[in-house]
Formats: sequence, structure tokens, C-alpha cells
Amino acid sequence: MARKIIIEPVTRIEGHGKVTIHLDDHGDVVQSRFHIVEFRGFERFVQGRPYWEAPVLVQRLCGICPVSHHLAAAKAIDVVVGAGTGHGLTPTAEKIRRLMHYGQIFQSHTLHFFHLASPDLLFGYDSPPENRNVIGLAMANRELATQAVLMRKYGQEVILATAGKKIHGTGAIPGGVNKSLTTAERDSLLKGPAPLNADQMVNWALGALAFFKDYYKTHKAFVDSFSKFPSNHLSLVRKDGALDLYHGVLRAVDADGKKILNDVDYQEYLDCIREEVRSWTYMKFPYLKHLGPEKGWYRVGPLARLNTVDFIPTPLAQCEFETYKKVTHGKPNDMCLHTHWARLIETVHAAEMIRDLLQAPDITGRNLVSQGMRHEEGVGVIEAPRGTLFHHYRVNANDQIEMANLIVSTTHNNESMNRAVNQVAKALMTGAKEITEGMMNAVEVVIRAYDPCLSCATHAYGQMPLELSLVDAAGNLVAQRRK
Amino acid sequence: MKSILIYGYGNPGRQDDGVGPALVEALELWQAADGVSVMTLETNYQLNAEDALTVAGHDQVIFADATREGDAPFTFRRLLPDTAVSFSTHAMRPESILALADELYGKSPKTYLLTIRGYEWEPNEPMTRGAVANLAAALDFLKLNPF
Repeated sequence: MARKIIIEPVTRIEGHGKVTIHLDDHGDVVQSRFHIVEFRGFERFVQGRPYWEAPVLVQRLCGICPVSHHLAAAKAIDVVVGAGTGHGLTPTAEKIRRLMHYGQIFQSHTLHFFHLASPDLLFGYDSPPENRNVIGLAMANRELATQAVLMRKYGQEVILATAGKKIHGTGAIPGGVNKSLTTAERDSLLKGPAPLNADQMVNWALGALAFFKDYYKTHKAFVDSFSKFPSNHLSLVRKDGALDLYHGVLRAVDADGKKILNDVDYQEYLDCIREEVRSWTYMKFPYLKHLGPEKGWYRVGPLARLNTVDFIPTPLAQCEFETYKKVTHGKPNDMCLHTHWARLIETVHAAEMIRDLLQAPDITGRNLVSQGMRHEEGVGVIEAPRGTLFHHYRVNANDQIEMANLIVSTTHNNESMNRAVNQVAKALMTGAKEITEGMMNAVEVVIRAYDPCLSCATHAYGQMPLELSLVDAAGNLVAQRRK
Repeated sequence: MKSILIYGYGNPGRQDDGVGPALVEALELWQAADGVSVMTLETNYQLNAEDALTVAGHDQVIFADATREGDAPFTFRRLLPDTAVSFSTHAMRPESILALADELYGKSPKTYLLTIRGYEWEPNEPMTRGAVANLAAALDFLKLNPF
């Protein structure tokens, strides 16, 4: 009898995802689907609101990376108020925004590594899930876990200093920012008492990277082979090809490294990117228009970014980038678990950027806002921790938003995550008679590498258990497992 | 004197989900008006690893959060460390924060969880009347009960 396996993380509120694995009568995997319930109501919700509210309103969308939405919306509204695209801001305003963004990248990447990746590396992917988290890490390696807490705290302090407050920050406004750093704020972040200062953050980021590379030396075969498949890759790059997570042009490369989207102004993204709708999920599948949905799908995020850029403009991260690129002889990297490696190189880069920005004389400047000729429409794009984030607004003559379109990184990665889950399911579950803990872990590990956003803007007290159900072709529940 | 942390978390842009931060805002006004400053007040969207450091610096902690279930207007119960965590990075339970504080810093402050009943969770609407009333009851409870 044909069977269907469902792995479902259940949240208390609207956001959740589940994995459905379809088996045929012989027990072979015929198809896997990763479902995410994406919250789309926001695009309708902002219609009719004054455009200047957008950078604050959008933070209601997500309690995980509100800074990314805040800045992407602000960049789009910059265009509306005539402050240009990316480089139209005053030097102080651009630096403050960049500092906010790199603070967000630093704390988010840190969380991912210490909460998800390092426990997997320390304990093994087959170990009990109760160990594979930051508390398990604390029990096994107190020094690493302490660093994790303090790196997170430092990133939060950078965000607080630039955004003004932790919840619904207001730092970025149309055409600029509403505050710069005071001398005291700058000095505290740059050279505050150990360990909360910029130099220490660079050193700890390098330490986390060294931890991964040590693991890689002894587990190369596993890391290289787990969920490896060719794809296209897309991200922003600086005009000279450098890694730039705040601003740039759109570049995509294919599996061989050939440019298939050649440094396009993101104001024209609708000419390049389409979104396909499929009947079994609410989440769309973006693809490059000129290649079509079959050949034009792509990945975004740390792995994709280090495939599209030519170099990293900070010395320590560039040195690590060169080592990383040698593994694939300069070609694009399509190994899923190398996402952890790429993320840690970006963490080093973020720490270096924070340090450099804090040393810039105009970080405490007072010229904060620029404006020009009003426009009806604006697109803002930023490289959020999980990948490229698009915000697009059209504003009417009454200054009200009449259209909004958002493409978040989890949506960009939709096809890639489905393929990754399918590959793991076929490798481990074909012919299987039962669903083991190891199988559940493997599916979970591949999803965790992408760390998709499960629309958890709301919270409320509760858990997010992982549930696996086995359902036969008639829809009967054969077995269920929850952890 | 005991150091007390009251930590409200949730998203104020999602109706009743923001009742925890709203409670802390009300306590800030109360402290300012009465010249009381015995409590450390903290808010955020969600709890995460770095909160272990904040928790470890206090003798007593009260977490305040919204809940979709349970009795109105609120429930108040003792909380103990628990090492179980969710599979995603997107939030940590308060019990997990306590476990991390204990593990990293050897601190186990006496901790309570105040869950205030909410009813609606749509984006950017004001809190429901029910949640506002429950919030007022929870606020009175905290003001009248020295913990």
C-alpha cells in the first residue's frame, strides 16, 4: 500500500512547516514536499498606510530578523523620496544603516552556528535532539556556549545603538536615519571592557570558524556529500564584485560559475524574476525569467553569496574565502553543509565591518537625511542573514501605499529546500520499513542548514515540537511520532 | 535587597501577542510615577540565548507572555529549568533560558511565568478588550504582591 510520511513542526500560531514524503507500494520514495505556510496578509495590510510608516510597520512581519525588513523597506522608500538607490544617503546615514545591518548579520549568524550547527558537529547528527542545541553545547563546552551568549549580546547592543530600541526600532527613516552614534556609544562598542568590544568579536568569530574547519578535517566525506546538488545562485554583489550585504546589483551564476544574471539594477527585478504558483503550497517558487521555472530556480543565502562574489573586502574574511574557494577549485560550491562554513566566513566579515564602521570619523556625524524628487515607486533589496530580501512599494499622490510586494529569502530557497529534502529522503527512506530517529534527524538537518523562517512573527507561550505521521494512501494514520 | 527582573516578550504589532511588553510599559510608568525603582524591566520580541546572561544577574525573575489557552485573566506559576528546546533558532522557552543560566553561570533565580490570556493575533490591530482587561488584572496582581 502506498504510504505518505509527514514530518510536521507544529506552532501555536499561524506559521508552520511540514515535510510530506510519498512512498509507493514498494516503499520507494516517489516525491517529497516541504510545505511552509507563508504569511502573505502583510502585503494587503500595508495598503493605504502612509509610505513613511513602512520601515516601522514591516517589523511586525517578523520577530526574528526585523532589522532586515526595516532596512529593506527603508531602502525602497528612499527611492520614493528621491534619496536614490543605496548611495544617495549622507555618509553618516549610510554607515549607521550598514552598522545596524552588520550587527543583525553578526548576531543572527552567531545564533545559527552555536544553536544549530555546532551542537550537530559536537554530538553528531545522529545524536538525540535534546543534546543538539545551545544548552547541550553549554553542558559539553562551556567556553563555546559562553562566547555564543556574549556574541549575541554584542550584536544586540549594536542594533540597539543604531535602531534606538529592541522592539520596533525606528533608526532608519525615509532618506536616512534619525540618529547617529554618540561618542560614548561608539567607544563602548569599539573598545569597551573585555570581552564586549569589536576586537574580541573578530577573534571569537575566527575561533568559531576554526572550530568548523577542525571538524571538516575529520569529517570531510560526510560534509561534502550530504545533500549535494547543482543549482544556480543569486545575491547582491557590489559593483566591483565584492561581497556587500547592504547594497549592490543583482548577480546570478549557474552551477559552473557562468554569469546568468549580469549585475542588474534591482529596481528592474520584475524584468528578471518571476514567481511560479503550485497547487500544493501557498509559497511561491521564484525563478529567473529568461531561463524559465525548470532551469531558472536558484539558491540564496551564505552559500549562494560566496558563489556569486569575486572577493570579500575585509582582510581576514578574504583570507578565509580564498581557502574556502580552493575546495571547489574556484567553482561554485553546491554542498549543503558548506553553508555553515560560508556563514562563518560571513560572520568574520560582519565583525570586521562593524569594527571598521565604528572607526569611521563620520559614524558620529549629524547630517542624517537627504531627499530629492518624489517618485511613485521604489524597490529595496538587502542581503538578509538567510538570503536576498526584496521590498517593493508603489505610492499614490496622497502618499499612501497602494501596492506592496515582498519576496523573502525562504521563498527564494523554496525549490532548493524541496530538492534537498527529496534527495535526503530518497537516500535514507527508500525501501525503509519504519521511520527511525536517524531518518527524522537527517530531514531536520537539511532543513536546518537553510534555517527557513517559519513565519513566527507572533510568539505566545508554547513549544514547537517536531511531529512525524505515517499516513496510508487512504488517509489513515498508520503511525505518529513526536519529539 | 533582592534584584527583580520582569521580562515581557511578544510582538506588539500582532494584537494580543504584545501583552507581555505592554505589561512592562505599564510598570515603567508606574515606577516613574511612584519613584519606585526596585525592578529591572526588559522587553523583546522573543527570548533567546543572550537572555541567560540577563537572568543570571537577578535574584528573582518574572517572565510575562501572552497565551492562547488557559484561564483568564492570567495564570501565575513557578518555573523551573528545563533543557528541552525547539528545533528552530526562532525562539527559546523561558525554561530553556533558566537552564542555560544555570549551566553557564551557576545561577538559578527564583522564577515565575505570568501568562496573560489573549484572543486575537492579527497584524497591527490594537489589543482586544479582553486582553486589555486581563492585562489590567495582571498589573494589579504584580503591584499588590511582593514576590
